[in-house]
Amino acid sequence: MTTTASTTHDHPDFLAHHWDTPKQQFEAGKLGMWLFLATEVLLFGGLFVGYAVWRGNHPELFKFGSQYLDTTMGAINTVVLILSSLTMAWAVTCAQRGNRKGLIIGLLLTLAGAGGFLGIKYVEYSHKFNEGWFPGAYFYDKPSDRSRTWDDNLPVPGAGQLVVPVPDTEARSIEELGLPADILVEISTVVPPGQGPSGLEELALTDTVHTDDHAEHEMHALQREDRPANAHMFFNIYFMMTGLHGLHVLGGVGVMIWLLIGAVKGRFNEKYFTPVDLGGLYWHIVDLIWIFLFPLFYLI
Amino acid sequence: MTTIDTTKPTPGAETPPVDNYLTHSSGIMSWLGTLDHKRIGVMYLVSILTAFFLGGMFAMLVRLELMFPGEQILSQDQYNMAFTLHGVIMVFLVIIPSVPASLGNFVLPIMLGAKDVAFPRLNLFSYYLWVTGAVLAVSTVFFGGVDTGWTLYVPYSTTGTEMNGILLLTFAVFVLGFSSIFTGINFIVTIHRLRPPGMTWFRMPLFLWAIYATGILQVMATPVIGITVALLAVERLFGIGIFDPALGGDPVLFQHFFWFYSHPAVYIMILPGMGIISELISVHSHKHIFGYKFIAFSSVAIAIFSFIVWGHHMFLSGQSPLMNVVFSAITFSVAIPSAVKVFNWLATLYKGSISFNTPMLYALSFLVLFTISGLTGLHLGTLATDIHLHDTYFVVAHFHYTMMGGALIAMIGGIHHWWPKITGRMYSEFLGRTACGLIFVGFNLTFFTQFMLGSKGMPRRYHDYDGPNWTPEATELFGTYHFWSSIGSFVMAAGFFLIAFYLLHSLFRGKKAPANPWGGRSLEWQCASPPPHDNFSEPPHVGDPYDFTVLEWDEQEQGYHWRHDLKHEPGEA
Repeated sequence: MTTTASTTHDHPDFLAHHWDTPKQQFEAGKLGMWLFLATEVLLFGGLFVGYAVWRGNHPELFKFGSQYLDTTMGAINTVVLILSSLTMAWAVTCAQRGNRKGLIIGLLLTLAGAGGFLGIKYVEYSHKFNEGWFPGAYFYDKPSDRSRTWDDNLPVPGAGQLVVPVPDTEARSIEELGLPADILVEISTVVPPGQGPSGLEELALTDTVHTDDHAEHEMHALQREDRPANAHMFFNIYFMMTGLHGLHVLGGVGVMIWLLIGAVKGRFNEKYFTPVDLGGLYWHIVDLIWIFLFPLFYLI
Repeated sequence: MTTIDTTKPTPGAETPPVDNYLTHSSGIMSWLGTLDHKRIGVMYLVSILTAFFLGGMFAMLVRLELMFPGEQILSQDQYNMAFTLHGVIMVFLVIIPSVPASLGNFVLPIMLGAKDVAFPRLNLFSYYLWVTGAVLAVSTVFFGGVDTGWTLYVPYSTTGTEMNGILLLTFAVFVLGFSSIFTGINFIVTIHRLRPPGMTWFRMPLFLWAIYATGILQVMATPVIGITVALLAVERLFGIGIFDPALGGDPVLFQHFFWFYSHPAVYIMILPGMGIISELISVHSHKHIFGYKFIAFSSVAIAIFSFIVWGHHMFLSGQSPLMNVVFSAITFSVAIPSAVKVFNWLATLYKGSISFNTPMLYALSFLVLFTISGLTGLHLGTLATDIHLHDTYFVVAHFHYTMMGGALIAMIGGIHHWWPKITGRMYSEFLGRTACGLIFVGFNLTFFTQFMLGSKGMPRRYHDYDGPNWTPEATELFGTYHFWSSIGSFVMAAGFFLIAFYLLHSLFRGKKAPANPWGGRSLEWQCASPPPHDNFSEPPHVGDPYDFTVLEWDEQEQGYHWRHDLKHEPGEA
């Protein structure tokens, strides 16, 4: 520390009472942030392990499922995030040099990148939701199809009951179908996956009512006889991992707004830029996780 | 850089006992919003002991129910809820945060010679996260309760329809995990960055090494329970099928995730306890600790080993035989660093000048109980015997010897050791020893009988052992053991109430404590009791934390002093 730093008093305002020097405080903050990033890696690590287990056990799910992800959108998002990391690094450098204007511009550009990423993710998610590619028990249970094909009053299958998939019908109840009451009837083109040991495997019916060509094409693909059992599991792990990542991007947006407010108020200068530096580290790890997610889901 | 120093005395520090951290400021808000690590430590201590009382009450309910064959006071559902809440409270609210968050918060910066922990605000935030988690966990009672046991195994936790407390509980565990992570980050950074000049790694008291190893575990293991309970919550809310075989998921995956955290968590619980025991045994036998570096590194070794033994909880969950053998072998190897510690403690006691005061009695209890827990752990780590003992009372007895006989006994010993420092008052030695005796006898009566129960085949978590499914001989035999086990728990409870009584009494009527009542050499005994707001009124003598030859007894002050004939620390620069 130069003597000019402490002309007014020994302790600058930003230096908490239990630290001797700003350098000590900065290094402690940085170590703390790195430890926190380690916990983030482990948090996602659990899901990466889950991915590895499933991919190892059921490679066909991933081969099948990844066709339904839009690689172009994923690639654009990757570029957007990497660029936002660049602008963040730029913002950090500006903060270290005391360039307030550069810091504000850098943070704004990073925010724009984060917003763009979330926007594209929103488009991707809504497409899948519309198609009913939910994970688990709701997979392929499109809201628009629901009233037509699935009667909530039907009993839940149990031991000794026969599950009979019936082609599309106007009938709305067992009585209308004219079948004995102890036979469980699925009035559906799709057997919900939770209803049998082999999940979606039994499903072989392709009757659809869709007029939209693009959607119909995908519907048919997902209903193909060669669709692997439990195809929904791909979307299960996909939504968990990208969803958790999306929440972290959202958190990053919060951090960035907070930093922006601080930058506008002039809180940061070449002697005190710790929050910008730590926020930058966080943003880079969010970016890094996506760089792993993109090839794992979209490319391979 | 050298102009900014710590040696500048704080104004008013020349008359130390007048202002201390308790009297520094007053009013309820000066506590609730405090950034002082000592006050946060005290708030943690009070909160954790409250949770301990609550968890103990649930244990009493369970013991009362099992005392005689047939239904006593709880229905089957109530019984399931009682043992689940007992487990959840004791594990997540009491033992995991116990030593680091309360005693660690209080003494760690002082032992280190620092003014505070690295991130005081994060420390306070961590406390309020604990409070939030505690409120959420306990309030599950009002939302249908939880009956899965503290392990939250699927499918119990995903398919139950009546017990809607489970979502709340997963959220509570998530929040408590963050509290634990922040405490760990804080302590690691404090130890790395806030050691004053002269305080080298090998001049740190062993308690700090233990807290450091615990911090690593908290940071590295806790995120995994976070993602596990998050997956559990999503599974329960949306049925994503990740743990549901009907949807292609895998329930054993939950067990892997769960134990990948919860086995290291066992060492999050026991390592700080071991750190306390290193202090107690050395200080109260007035002899240099034997094998300092071995004890220090065995803490780190235990932390590393703890990550690769989780599979021994799943020997009977359908793991491959090869994995079982590997996990069994690694489990045995944990015995090595644990035994290194035990033998070093014994060697410290050897030819020491042992004071049989209350903290030391707890340390000796720990040695006995922890050794029993470790040795019975070998029975469970052995594949063949585990098939017989799995899910019986043998397991219950084993982990109570570890968690209670180890972690909690060490914590109570630590509370007695640092009570004069924290409160500035001495408690009644006679009552202290009496309570320790009651707890030791009561504990063994409660849990040693459970080793018998388990080896005779009594399964854990059963509401009853009477009826058509049990032979009359079994009912009679189990009844006898359960009866004595319950009697033991009452004796133990009496011991705890006695402790609560004399500690509270000491606050008002206790003798004023000297700065160093036991003859400790680590830095916290160099500052006044209770410590001043900034911990040290003059820079402490940093030196070998177990070199007791520099101290002498002062009859007038009833405490230990720096020897008058020594101007400086021997060997100090």
